[in-house]
Amino acid sequence: MAVDTGRATSIAAAQDRSWWRDERVRSIGSQVGAVAVIALIIFYFAHNASVNMARQGIASGFGFLGREAGFGIGTTVIEYSPADTYGRALVVGLLNTLLVSAIGCVLTTIFGTLLGIARLSSNWLLSKITLWYVEVMRNTPVLLQLFVWWDVLRLGAPDKQNPLAILPHVYVSKAGLTFPVPVWHPIYLWMLAALLGGILATIVISRWARQRQAATGKQFPVGWVGAALIVLAPAIVFLSAGAPLVLDVPVPGRFNFTGGGGIEPEFAALLFGLVAYTSAFVAEIVRSGIQAVSWGQTEAAAALGLRRGQSLRLVVLPQAIRVIIPPMTSEYLSFTKNSSLAVFIGFQELTSIVNTTLNQTGQAIEGITILMAVYLTISLAISASMNVYNKYMALVER
Amino acid sequence: MTVQESAQAQAAGRAMIELRNVNKWYGDFHVLKDINIGVRKGERVVVCGPSGSGKSTMIRCINRLEEHQKGHIFVDGIELTGDVKHVEAIRREVGMVFQQFNLFPHLTVLQNLTLAPIWVRKMPKKEAEELAMQLLERVKIPEQASKYPGQLSGGQQQRVAIARSLCMKPEVMLFDEPTSALDPEMIKEVLDVMIGLAQEGMTMICVTHEMGFARTVADTMIFMDRGQIVEVAPPKEFFANPKSDRTKLFLSQILSH
Amino acid sequence: MTDIAHGTQVELDDTPRSTLERVSDWVRANLFNSVLNSVLTLLIAAGIVWFVFPLLRWAIFNSTLMAESDRACQATGGACWAFLGKWGAFLLFGRFPAEERWRPALVLVLFAAMLFMSARRGTGGRTLFAMWVGGLIVIFALMWGGFLGMPYVETDLWNGLPLNLILSLGGVGLSFPIAILAALGRRSRMPAIRWLSVAYIELIRGVPLITLLFMASVMFPLFLPAGVSVDKLWRAEVALMLFFGAYLAEAIRGGLQVIPRGQYEAADALGLGYWRKMFLVILPQALTISIPSIVNIAIGAFKDTVLITIVGIFDLLGDVNNAMNDPNWRHAYWEAYSFAGAIFFAVCFYMSRYSQRLERSLSRARPGGRRR
Repeated sequence: MAVDTGRATSIAAAQDRSWWRDERVRSIGSQVGAVAVIALIIFYFAHNASVNMARQGIASGFGFLGREAGFGIGTTVIEYSPADTYGRALVVGLLNTLLVSAIGCVLTTIFGTLLGIARLSSNWLLSKITLWYVEVMRNTPVLLQLFVWWDVLRLGAPDKQNPLAILPHVYVSKAGLTFPVPVWHPIYLWMLAALLGGILATIVISRWARQRQAATGKQFPVGWVGAALIVLAPAIVFLSAGAPLVLDVPVPGRFNFTGGGGIEPEFAALLFGLVAYTSAFVAEIVRSGIQAVSWGQTEAAAALGLRRGQSLRLVVLPQAIRVIIPPMTSEYLSFTKNSSLAVFIGFQELTSIVNTTLNQTGQAIEGITILMAVYLTISLAISASMNVYNKYMALVER
Repeated sequence: MTVQESAQAQAAGRAMIELRNVNKWYGDFHVLKDINIGVRKGERVVVCGPSGSGKSTMIRCINRLEEHQKGHIFVDGIELTGDVKHVEAIRREVGMVFQQFNLFPHLTVLQNLTLAPIWVRKMPKKEAEELAMQLLERVKIPEQASKYPGQLSGGQQQRVAIARSLCMKPEVMLFDEPTSALDPEMIKEVLDVMIGLAQEGMTMICVTHEMGFARTVADTMIFMDRGQIVEVAPPKEFFANPKSDRTKLFLSQILSH
Repeated sequence: MTDIAHGTQVELDDTPRSTLERVSDWVRANLFNSVLNSVLTLLIAAGIVWFVFPLLRWAIFNSTLMAESDRACQATGGACWAFLGKWGAFLLFGRFPAEERWRPALVLVLFAAMLFMSARRGTGGRTLFAMWVGGLIVIFALMWGGFLGMPYVETDLWNGLPLNLILSLGGVGLSFPIAILAALGRRSRMPAIRWLSVAYIELIRGVPLITLLFMASVMFPLFLPAGVSVDKLWRAEVALMLFFGAYLAEAIRGGLQVIPRGQYEAADALGLGYWRKMFLVILPQALTISIPSIVNIAIGAFKDTVLITIVGIFDLLGDVNNAMNDPNWRHAYWEAYSFAGAIFFAVCFYMSRYSQRLERSLSRARPGGRRR
């Protein structure tokens, strides 16, 4: 009968212990197969590459890092001259990437948070204007925005001979942003010490205030007092020494400025362009983070009699921060990766310098490998710290 | 009514909470129509009605979670206006328990309870924690003090929410459908706590569908429909002899199962 | 209960508010509802007036619609829309042979039609799939030429806006197989497969797109055997496919995670093998759930394709830069960038509105989305 033969077949199949049906064998087989395929592809590419490179006379290996670079770099954090090696040039480039990313991430956080809060404002005008800013920034390519910034700063800016003074002695011109730099005075060291002292004092005071509140219930305005200390302590030191402030002031000359310090238009374009762009994304993250805290939390805090400021500080923000931080770190990473677009606008950070090196030495594989390895390290470092933070802060659930 | 008059009225066992001709609109929608209520100290009021009748909106007006556009609301003699000082004073005296519990997930149970006493009533931490533990005992879950809300069951969370409101030593407790979000087997433990509170003489206004609870505890039943107060009566009269047709219809729907 | 006895009945005013009253209510509630807000409103209004009137004057009143160079525009101090008259077609189509420009123009129309059809509710998954595959083939044929009397056009001359659309939408579409394999691989229980998938996804997501384009332009030729050469465009497209594939894999993985275990178990219980289970039961659901993320990736891809300039192929933005080299129009950069920016904004904004609408309707329709 049909049913019996059906059962018989199933039983026979179940008893079939052929080795190639065994799940474990299949699993190992697939894995070995996949790895083998990938390895074969890599081997094939590597073989072709070595043949092609030999044919075209391209050297291989990382020896080129010791050769003289022969090109200059506009913005440098450490000393560099064209007589230095490619290796040193790459280091300068990396420092530039880190410099623009670090400053940029700080500025983006501040500006983006303000934008996000403005989006939630009860003032319709403010909310709508911020909305449109965010929409325009997010829906146009970042490279286009960088080009606009660069052209404005390069072409639209006045000549070096007739710079525009946006503040006393702070000039905008085709040479970028030029500003006065204070000449070093020993009292600055004391001011730094006073600042650190102020911060330390604030920490101590806040700890004392917390204990006092626990013991007696009375509250102490730590915020105001701490801010005053941090601002006043260095100020007092400064004034006590007779307020020594000698500025190296830039003076517009026939060809260039004398004195003062500045940032080149390429750096300024990259920094401000990326900050303007990334802030729009941060604004959305902050806005949705605050809105993610359910309205019931604010109501419960209000029902308990907490004032609006207290409710924000004790109930809403701690929960909002948890939601905000992960995507925020992802934006930091995105900022760092976008700094590679400097190659289009002539700012010499890592990608740009690798590009130049590549063109001069022809050693594409080594150059691109270095480039990818550096970015990968940065991004893995950011992800790892984010994972640590997440574990630490995760809300405890059943 | 001035503060002195209210004190006398209170002493005479009259209005702790008064709503006079309270009206509220959401845009064009007239959600509260000419509400007049007086609640004595120690009185237990249960408000029932179909969804959308405005019962939650009404009690949320009492602690200014919603604003009324016309009419007057008095709590313990203090008029509820836009004046921040009045609102703060009233919120210290009125406790609220929400349908969705609204416990603070980033704080432990103990911290949830001590947050307001420390920051609003400026209690020292130790005193606040002792008070919190007493109240946790009263709602029968003292062992959960160091757990986080996410680790508790729904019934436990709502009991913590009740304890949290009680930590502020309110004169009045408002309950907004406290058991509607609970699984059936946990409703009883929360109602037991509320019955205990009622027997100790707490003034309460409770919006709920739990008619058994209402029969046990309420001094007054209020039936609301479409923004208006339709019927007010003691429970015996309310359930046995409803006067309005709308009340009869509602009761027949709700009591049939 | 104590009834409140009233001496006088309070008059209830139930008359509906007039339009003027409602407008002034709104203004009071939204613009002047606190001291801070009132100050802000006045500051912002002042800022708008200070900014908008000069802008209008520049963009409309003083602008030049016909001119031979930007000197004429500089005389009036207004916008040089004449630039677009001279260079507009070049910006859009680049160096595609001028007589054949109807082909990329038709490509643009086809893309617009396909996007519009995809956004309409009611088109099923299968129809959509067939439409996109068919559409992309037709588009490719149109650009390539070489039949039906259309001369062959080499890929170097595929410039401008059609290139952005082909690279992004085509690139995302073509990367689906890699993305699905990587997403499934990442969830696999076999360690080697899982590690390979993780390595691919994390490597690509950790590096900027430009490094991959470098790879495409200088490294890929070295990997090919001697004598074999592949067009720049296809090499770049492979790099883009690898790039989009990693992000798409994460989006699909998100969709896979949301599907309840019961679905997997039911499919297993029915005796479906792994691949049948995935293709008949799990992936259709996962892909539907991830559609908003996928659309967001497409939007990002569209913006990312402007980087193609680095390999020497000119898209819309590349054409703008080329046009800027014309000494007659050196100062017309605001006009050029606004033109390109407006096009990008229009496409991205439309797609992002669609994605938000999708997200709302999907979260309502999903099981568990409407519990009450």
